[in-house]
Amino acid sequence: MITLTPKEQPEVPIEIDTITPDSLAGKSLDEIKNMPILHGNGQVPLAEFFEVEGDAGATAAETKILIDGDVSQTKRIGQGMTAGEITVKGSVNNYVGAEMEGGLITVEGNAKGWAGQNMRGGELEILGNAGDYVGSAYRGDWRGMSGGKITVHGDVKNEIAEYMNGGKMVIKGDVAIMPGIHMNNGVLIIEGNVIARTGGEMAGGTIVVKGIIDEFLAGFEYLGVEKDIEVEGEVIPGAFYKFRGDYAIKGAKGTVYAAVAGNAHIAP
Amino acid sequence: MEHIIKNGFVYCPQNGVDGEKMDICIKDGKIVEQVSSDANVIDADGKIVMPGGVDPHTHIAGAKVNVGRMYRPEDSKRDVEAGQSGGRAGSGFSVPSTFMTGQRYAQMGYTTAMEAAMPPLLARHTHEEFHDTPIIDHAAYPLFGNNWFVMQYLKDGDIDGCAAYTSWLLKATKGYTIKIVNPGGTEAWAWGGNVHGIHDPTPYFDIESFDIIRGLAEVNEMLGLPHAIHLHCNDLGHPGNFETTLASFDVPKGIKANPQTGSRDAVLYATHVQFHSYGGTSWRDVVSEAPTVADYINKNDHIVFDVGQVTLDETTTMTADGPMEFDLHSLNGLKWANCDVELETGSGLVPFIYAARAPVPALQWAVGIELFLLTKDAGKVCLTTDSPNAGPFTRYPRVISWLMSNKARKDLIDGELHKWAQRKSSVATLDREYSFLEIAQITRSTPAKVLGLSDTKGHLGVGADADVAIYNFNPETQDQSVDYRALESAMQHAAYVLKDGQIVVKDGTVTNPTLRGRSYWVDTSVDETIYNEVLANVEKTFKQYYSVNFANYPVQDEYLPHSAPVKGVMQ
Repeated sequence: MITLTPKEQPEVPIEIDTITPDSLAGKSLDEIKNMPILHGNGQVPLAEFFEVEGDAGATAAETKILIDGDVSQTKRIGQGMTAGEITVKGSVNNYVGAEMEGGLITVEGNAKGWAGQNMRGGELEILGNAGDYVGSAYRGDWRGMSGGKITVHGDVKNEIAEYMNGGKMVIKGDVAIMPGIHMNNGVLIIEGNVIARTGGEMAGGTIVVKGIIDEFLAGFEYLGVEKDIEVEGEVIPGAFYKFRGDYAIKGAKGTVYAAVAGNAHIAP
Repeated sequence: MEHIIKNGFVYCPQNGVDGEKMDICIKDGKIVEQVSSDANVIDADGKIVMPGGVDPHTHIAGAKVNVGRMYRPEDSKRDVEAGQSGGRAGSGFSVPSTFMTGQRYAQMGYTTAMEAAMPPLLARHTHEEFHDTPIIDHAAYPLFGNNWFVMQYLKDGDIDGCAAYTSWLLKATKGYTIKIVNPGGTEAWAWGGNVHGIHDPTPYFDIESFDIIRGLAEVNEMLGLPHAIHLHCNDLGHPGNFETTLASFDVPKGIKANPQTGSRDAVLYATHVQFHSYGGTSWRDVVSEAPTVADYINKNDHIVFDVGQVTLDETTTMTADGPMEFDLHSLNGLKWANCDVELETGSGLVPFIYAARAPVPALQWAVGIELFLLTKDAGKVCLTTDSPNAGPFTRYPRVISWLMSNKARKDLIDGELHKWAQRKSSVATLDREYSFLEIAQITRSTPAKVLGLSDTKGHLGVGADADVAIYNFNPETQDQSVDYRALESAMQHAAYVLKDGQIVVKDGTVTNPTLRGRSYWVDTSVDETIYNEVLANVEKTFKQYYSVNFANYPVQDEYLPHSAPVKGVMQ
């Protein structure tokens, strides 16, 4: 295991997409200390901002990185990793697990925006809260998260699972507006409440909301109540209103399940 | 500064030099007969030497190009480049930033590139971007085909008035030629419609595409402009459009070419003809009509065209053909930007993925290749991808490898290309391979001549601008037909490129990114009485309809620090 103990976090954020189990595998401690990371528009060695200890594995799968502390000014942790493990003992900045293809990232604190952006595989678990655009597409792109699993134990903000094309996302807390906007495929499970616009312009995929949706969109067709629904092989107990839409999009076939409990105001 | 380029295999179609080993001498930015013994020696032994490339139709500067950059951050992310040797960093695969545009053209050995669509009202923006596009000489084509003044003068049969207005607009916008896009159609789009064929009148003005093309072709020769009218025909991209295309080609036939500079003899330049050569009635029964279109071109001498070759990439389409972009957005469902330019034109943008495995892009690829291979005279065809519409200009080396290597085409056709390419076109039966001389024609001498720039561009004769490309490919020891990838790689990153006698690229890397090219524009004079009458009318119309003042409209000289006016004189 490689342990990175953060020194003081700078005011200008650092980006460490160069530091993954893939890039560390097979390297010596000295080599790792000197690996370049971005600080502003310049490059600095990893050791500038982190105490580095331990050994990397021979392969990515055998390499584990522990970031032992708060790195709330550090971006792109685990970006593009294909195997191995990263554990962060504190909070992280934007783009944790962006474009990740495999392996496991655990953040014990909070994450800012774009966690798991364009994720293709692997698992990202955030024990605290996350910001906007969890598991969304890169700005402008219409091809979002396509595989893997994201779990957020706390609350998240706006436009999560935007343009989601596959994979699974579970939010245990509350969501602000527009979860699953432009969603095409995959599963989004929200255990808390949503303010508004669930599944706006979704064309496919499934959204399950176990909490309360304050305001629901008009572009959905009400299909009735279903009990103990099955979503991608998993049975979710309880009674749910089932909707299809968003008919703002031609030929849309998205599904939204909203718990009967507390959501009588959105049923027709 | 003097240079001597020694022992290269020189290809210069205009001077009939076909791969002969010879030296090229350069002094003070020009090609000269001989240089002193102090001249810097550039060893081109075993390498190909050609004039600098000339791109007659590309989209590299101006409002819609910039919309492409802004609304496709995912395209920028795909291709990021650090600054080189004091040059600026850049990004963008299909719509590169200004700095990267100039640098990448130069790396391929191109030294001139023409922005093919400039809304007159937005001319300043276009020239500002040129200012930040290093190395290449450039010009912009103002859009005339849906302009209210043009349509009104032509409807009234006032050809002199139309010519005077054209002369003024070219000067006011610092424009280079008469560009016509979907004549009447973009105006109809402002009314929510389009026109189909050349005899479908546009709303309100009630004038046909036929009258616009014919009238502007007459004006072009009255003004003695260097380039022919530059026509993007009606019905772009619609199955069955080849009939409209051939009818449009016939419209200016019989008008006599009258360029005041250069030696052009065509009176029509038809652009991205690949998009205009489809048969059938729908995307189900669409077939290639490239053989029919090429046959027309082979039999007629009043026309020069460019292909608009599909490169099978994910790219960004952008055109002043507003209604066509809406059709495209309806077809692929991807994000659409639309823009109206008051009284003058409009435009639209949609990303497009030309997937080799998909039927329509495969057929479009085949149609373009057929046009190249079936046009007998390389003096009539120019290499373009209508960048970035059918693919980015950075793919020119790949297009060249397809043209020079039957094997390159066969590997693609037998490999991943959808079977529609074989089933609906004749591409798999064609085995012609372009020679290096013909490649030099379609990328150098043919565009330079039809642009009216052949005195100084597109050749290596004495007196020409010292724009030279040297490629690391030996035609004596290497066979491009077999090793087409080596050819593509050599053409992508030239061994040396000289611009106006200065080395701007060495070993594929830009060495002089702060050099700026010249801005060509056309300065014509017409009868003063008519000119003043027309200006009075234009000023009145400005007060009534334009959102800008007449006095604030023309582009000031300050916008062209490297101004290169080309003269035309009204007969």
